[in-house]
Amino acid sequence: MAGLWNGLILADELTTPDLTVDDVRHIAALTRLGLSDDEVETMRGQLSSILKVFESLQQVDTEGVEPTGHTTDVRTVLREDEAAESLQRDGILKNAPESEAGFVKVRPILG
Amino acid sequence: MVNSEATNGSNLTGLTAHEAQEFLTSGKVSSVELTEAVLARVDELEPQIHSYITVTREEALAAARTADEARSAGNAEGPLAGIPVMVKDNLSTEGVPTTAGSKILLGYTPPYDAHVVSQLRSGGAIIIGKGNLDEFAMGSSTEHSAFGATRNPWDTDRVPGGSSGGPAAGVAASECFISLGSDTGGSIRQPAALCGIVGMKPTYGLVSRYGLIAFGSSLDQIGPFSRDVRDTADTLSVISGHDRRDSTSINAPGQDFASALTGDITGMRLGVPSEYLVDGMEPGVTAAFEKSLETLEAMGATVEEVSLPLTDHALAVYYIIAPSEASANLARFDGFKYGNAVNDVPTAWDVMDQTREKGFGSEVKRRILIGAYALSAGYYDAYYKKAQQVRTLIIREFAQTFEKFDALVTPTSPTVAFMAGERMDDPVAMYLSDVCTIPVNIAGLPAISVPGGMSEGLPVGLQFIGPQMGDGTVLKIAHAYEQATEWHRLKPTL
Repeated sequence: MAGLWNGLILADELTTPDLTVDDVRHIAALTRLGLSDDEVETMRGQLSSILKVFESLQQVDTEGVEPTGHTTDVRTVLREDEAAESLQRDGILKNAPESEAGFVKVRPILG
Repeated sequence: MVNSEATNGSNLTGLTAHEAQEFLTSGKVSSVELTEAVLARVDELEPQIHSYITVTREEALAAARTADEARSAGNAEGPLAGIPVMVKDNLSTEGVPTTAGSKILLGYTPPYDAHVVSQLRSGGAIIIGKGNLDEFAMGSSTEHSAFGATRNPWDTDRVPGGSSGGPAAGVAASECFISLGSDTGGSIRQPAALCGIVGMKPTYGLVSRYGLIAFGSSLDQIGPFSRDVRDTADTLSVISGHDRRDSTSINAPGQDFASALTGDITGMRLGVPSEYLVDGMEPGVTAAFEKSLETLEAMGATVEEVSLPLTDHALAVYYIIAPSEASANLARFDGFKYGNAVNDVPTAWDVMDQTREKGFGSEVKRRILIGAYALSAGYYDAYYKKAQQVRTLIIREFAQTFEKFDALVTPTSPTVAFMAGERMDDPVAMYLSDVCTIPVNIAGLPAISVPGGMSEGLPVGLQFIGPQMGDGTVLKIAHAYEQATEWHRLKPTL
């Protein structure tokens, strides 16, 4: 029986290099995700193992194959441009940690 | 069959929804009595099982009173009228906190209902509470919930599966009649298998995702859990149908899925994909599966082995696409718009960094990082685009297979329920829990898991996979199999 576990069994023989601490910090910064030093090290090891699993895809010939974004035939859906009821502002603003004068309030972006 | 003592509380809660509906119709019980019986069961079992994050006791009783009044006035229609239902806590409920199992959404109360919740309410269903899940539906054991793990009703030292472990355990423990979950890579079918109940992932687009807190938008689909196939068919009829608020919603007329349940599968062609019988499959699961194939053949179906070689790459495709979509979807949790924020910091950037650091658990962080890496400059073609191309090939391979077969049959999970804690330190081992369910989401197909045997006292699930829009077909086969076996009648001792 072939196995879905093949990719993993092969993992140690594969060539994808392990991520570095700097790689992990770079991705974390891209996603605005704070990480402690311990978390960076744990993630470095775990993400490196996971990336090795992905290497099996390089065996598949995808020359000229269109990528699939989603699986239904639904294409761009149009509707009439008509005004309609939307959610009430109060219901939305009461979930915001801070709001003022009908707006969501945020800390300074610049400076 | 229902006996004359069934109107006392503990027997009431063990009925299927359609049996309970007969009791309601004949006036043997009221919806208030049914709801009170379920709430008493919840009070008794929750310390052991923890299938709920929130129980909406007062709202449920008020809805049950309304349902009883409607019935007295002759306005109780549909299979779920007056029936207590649980929904997974990533489904938005107006006025009821919705956490997605995450600390980052503590304090968030949606100002609107998910489409499926509106459908349940207009069908007269009683929403009894919000089911526990792995944080943002990322996990296979419900141990990644920020609000504590759910345990398996068959053995409380074991996991119920995940990510919809709360909705699955709730139905298995008779803490509700029906529940709704979401399935991105197996999150309905795998816990249904591990808890010994029915769980279905419909065709992608059949059920509107409006109001579902998104994980992997091209993979996510909402579906039912129940104690028999008839209840799943009835629930799917209630929640499916076109909704313009979900741009991937299929614009097709509503269906009565119960009409597909003829009990006759004579001459139907079933394929057994050899790649799903993985090396690590437990002997008890293999034995139960082989027995099920004999049953299906004895019922007049043809069963034939088939090969889908690209299945071997499905796990890699999934663990690129799902985290990529998740890293984009979870960008909205920035600490400004809703939920639990770290606000006593100088700049907006600090709010984002620290809210997300403190609000997300480790599995969610791991997936955001994988996704961002796969999408980042220099890696996009090698990971994300490559995965989407292989996805196309997987879809084609399934389509070719369904030219020769009406449905595929596989085990749902390579193992029975595993011990709590067993896979928590090894993400890759946890990911392997879904090897038999993930390919279905990649291709957007319908699939159902039904009780298909026991191994060492624990339930084994049997999965039927159909072609796109073949939801009625998989329900029909699952129902016929169920009627020919007794596995769905077994209940955990609690």
